[in-house]
Amino acid sequence: MHDVHRLDATFAALADPTRRAILARLASGQASVTELAHPFAMSQPAISKHLRVLERAGLVSRGRDAQRRPRRLEPKRLGEATRWLERYRRLWEGNYRRLDALLERLKTKENKWEP
Amino acid sequence: MGTLKVTTPSDREIVMTRVFDAPRKLVFDAHTKPDLVKRWLLGPPGWSMPVCEIDLRVGGKYRYVWRQDNDGTQMGMGGVYREIVAPEQIVNTEKFDEAWYPGEAVDTLLLVERAGRTTLTQTVLYESRAARDAVLKSGMEKGVAASYDRLAELLASTKR
Repeated sequence: MHDVHRLDATFAALADPTRRAILARLASGQASVTELAHPFAMSQPAISKHLRVLERAGLVSRGRDAQRRPRRLEPKRLGEATRWLERYRRLWEGNYRRLDALLERLKTKENKWEP
Repeated sequence: MGTLKVTTPSDREIVMTRVFDAPRKLVFDAHTKPDLVKRWLLGPPGWSMPVCEIDLRVGGKYRYVWRQDNDGTQMGMGGVYREIVAPEQIVNTEKFDEAWYPGEAVDTLLLVERAGRTTLTQTVLYESRAARDAVLKSGMEKGVAASYDRLAELLASTKR
């Protein structure tokens, strides 16, 4: 199953804090490797390694400018991954909304018993 | 109340964070007293929780069974309590009867109270990345998606 393998790669890529920070930076516009390395106090080869993981996962692509080779975010793939999370979230949100209602009832019950 | 945040901070974890407008003693009770747990921990619409047994001590077991009231489908899970710090933290294992992800997972529930409100952080640590991803993908196969599919069908048929 193509989709499943692709999603594995996407989640694995998203599991690293540096890579998430790179994606957050790219969300505000494309950037060259030098520009990306700057805020991370990391060598360019180290950043390039993270970028390769992100590219393989389809989360980042390279721009046309041959000199700067700017990287840019591929929002479509990120959207696929967040949709999975969203399903999980919706299931639990239902549970927690019921818990809210239960807690409200418990709070009034408790207050009643207080002298 | 609060908005639920779901994140994947490492490749074996799922973390949920949410604020409740209640002291943590009540949130803790709602997670540990069977007659309270049964009232909210139900999952997709149409499911109830006929079995909820909790032996709240380190090494004690818990057992949950859910039932889809339409067709009688049952789903059970359980585990062992590893750490209990009332009303602040619970660490327990979890394993479903029908293994739909490999191995056993470890749940950590952390409750932090501030000005009468409680921030809940629920971390699930899976044995492998594959297991964690299987859970994230399960929305599709399990009940949630099924009901959305029914809704989509219904909407499609009424549009015409």
